[in-house]
Amino acid sequence: MDWHQLWEIVSTPDNVPIVALLFLVPFFAWLAWQQARANDQLIAQLEADPKLAKTAHRKAFPWKPGWPKEIQTWPYLMRVEFLAAIIVTVILIVWSITLNAPLEEPANPNLTMNPAKAPWYFLGLQEMLVYFDPWMAGVVFPTLIIVGLMAIPYIDTNPLGAGYYTINQRKHAIGAFCFGFFVLWITMIFIGTFIRGPSWMWFWPGQTWDPTRQIYETNRDLPDIFGITSMNGKMIFGAFAMALYFAVAGAFIHWLMTRTEFNRKIQKRMSLIQYLTVQFFLTTMLLLPIKFIIRRPPFRIKYIWITPWFNI
Amino acid sequence: MADQKSDNGGKGAPVPPGGKGPGVFAKWLKEQIQNLKGRVKEEGESLKRPEKTQLFKSMFRVKHDDSDRSRALGVLSNVFFHLHPAKINRDAVRYRFTWGMGGITFYLFLVLTLTGVLLMYYYHPTKGQAYQDIIYLMSDVPFGKLLRNMHRWAAHLMVITVWLHMFRVFLTGSYKKPREFNWCVGVVLLVLTLLLSFTGYLLPDDQLGFWAVTVGTTMAQNTPLLGSLGPLGRQLHITPYNDVRFALLGGSIVDANALLRAYIWHCIAIPIIASVFMGVHFWRVRKDGGISGPAPVMLASDMDKPVPPYNPPKM
Repeated sequence: MDWHQLWEIVSTPDNVPIVALLFLVPFFAWLAWQQARANDQLIAQLEADPKLAKTAHRKAFPWKPGWPKEIQTWPYLMRVEFLAAIIVTVILIVWSITLNAPLEEPANPNLTMNPAKAPWYFLGLQEMLVYFDPWMAGVVFPTLIIVGLMAIPYIDTNPLGAGYYTINQRKHAIGAFCFGFFVLWITMIFIGTFIRGPSWMWFWPGQTWDPTRQIYETNRDLPDIFGITSMNGKMIFGAFAMALYFAVAGAFIHWLMTRTEFNRKIQKRMSLIQYLTVQFFLTTMLLLPIKFIIRRPPFRIKYIWITPWFNI
Repeated sequence: MADQKSDNGGKGAPVPPGGKGPGVFAKWLKEQIQNLKGRVKEEGESLKRPEKTQLFKSMFRVKHDDSDRSRALGVLSNVFFHLHPAKINRDAVRYRFTWGMGGITFYLFLVLTLTGVLLMYYYHPTKGQAYQDIIYLMSDVPFGKLLRNMHRWAAHLMVITVWLHMFRVFLTGSYKKPREFNWCVGVVLLVLTLLLSFTGYLLPDDQLGFWAVTVGTTMAQNTPLLGSLGPLGRQLHITPYNDVRFALLGGSIVDANALLRAYIWHCIAIPIIASVFMGVHFWRVRKDGGISGPAPVMLASDMDKPVPPYNPPKM
């Protein structure tokens, strides 16, 4: 166990945000979960008692009759903002006094950095380069992430859970978002920062980053396993494999979407275009962990579909 | 002369006319000093209530008392504060609910603008000079190192706060009707935040920035249709000299033009674009009915009934 190596990665000033994220994200997830649980208990109570539902305040936050529903912005909100600004300033100044922004040698096109890493927030995309070709990982997926995020309000037909934390009323939406945010985004950044060493090789935490390390890995494509050698054969086989994947993944998502009475109700509110958009984004999202698993040992499969123009 | 003065300014006993000599003058002087002391005390007392002064009234135009009307006017009649409504949902100030991340992001943008402008005084976006400027900034400029560190760490923090803000907005379902469009504006702001940070990465012109930008723009070279290495690029006669990477770098390699382009995107173009989107974002928060909650919970049983909007737009 090379503790020094681990410390070197963790203590690199530019990695501080990622280390901070490892604490901040669970903390805020816990804060949200706590409030969601309180609201879900209240919802269950009100669903069971329709009379109470008509008269209840319907908030987990305390409220007494006679309290005004609204309060003055000055001072009640602005003092919070002012306090937040002061705290952030103090944090920033302390952070800036204790840690220096990195400055490497002058730019030198003849001396390649090893590993050459993107800024930490793009390491997820760089890590995706292992699983997909650059045009997918670097261009198509980022575009899909942006478009997919923008599409969320227009494909989520569940009217419940607007303006309060809840899990029970929005299991699928929250599940999908957390899958994207925690698994696809934060975990990929974590791998890109802590696991990927020289030559972008996989080093477990605590393993020494040895720049001279050699790994003998035979990368295979899916058609190779089935003994398909001709280009046309690979093309047709890959197209079938992808079609099969989308059919199975689509069926799985459809099953999820129609599992309970409530889910079916939400699904019925969707137009065809909304339904297909949800299917497209979710099945594409699932492609990443699947390619991640088949790319790692013992499978070591690089491409599923090979054509003369692009590979997936 | 003594008579004239006493007539004008003396509030107490006037100097007896006809009196002359050093005794009379000393008495007169003493009285004058007494008068002056009285006036200083009087005006000093009035300074304890600065809101009563003409200077204060000319600036703030609103009474500074504890009435709700004055508090509301204090917010509404101030160019910086009038982004807020006069009154808000009593639970909306709870940090547990909002996490304050949107506001902190905006505050960090202001910190970055201030530190960024100060850094611009010491920086030339030219090859060779740029790196020397950073060395000079860190070793010779008073507080230069602190300035650069603050800019760097505030940028990182801003990326984190944007993500957490988005996480909170998602978890509270705040993108739902009528706030769909503002969510999209927010996504654009997320992209702009990342681009702002990324364009700043190249500016020190060191190995870190150079290779990060090389990796980044090589990805752009693989853009389908528009990149020389991307699918169908070759078929459309796209070469390294006319593709999207060339447009980003102002050349086929990361060099002087790339530095200048990154500088202009970073310091001028993206901040202006982001400011416009931020203006729309904040304006829409107000127009869509303020922040989304904490709203009363909805029940599945009243899902199909028409529900009156919780916070109807009223501004």
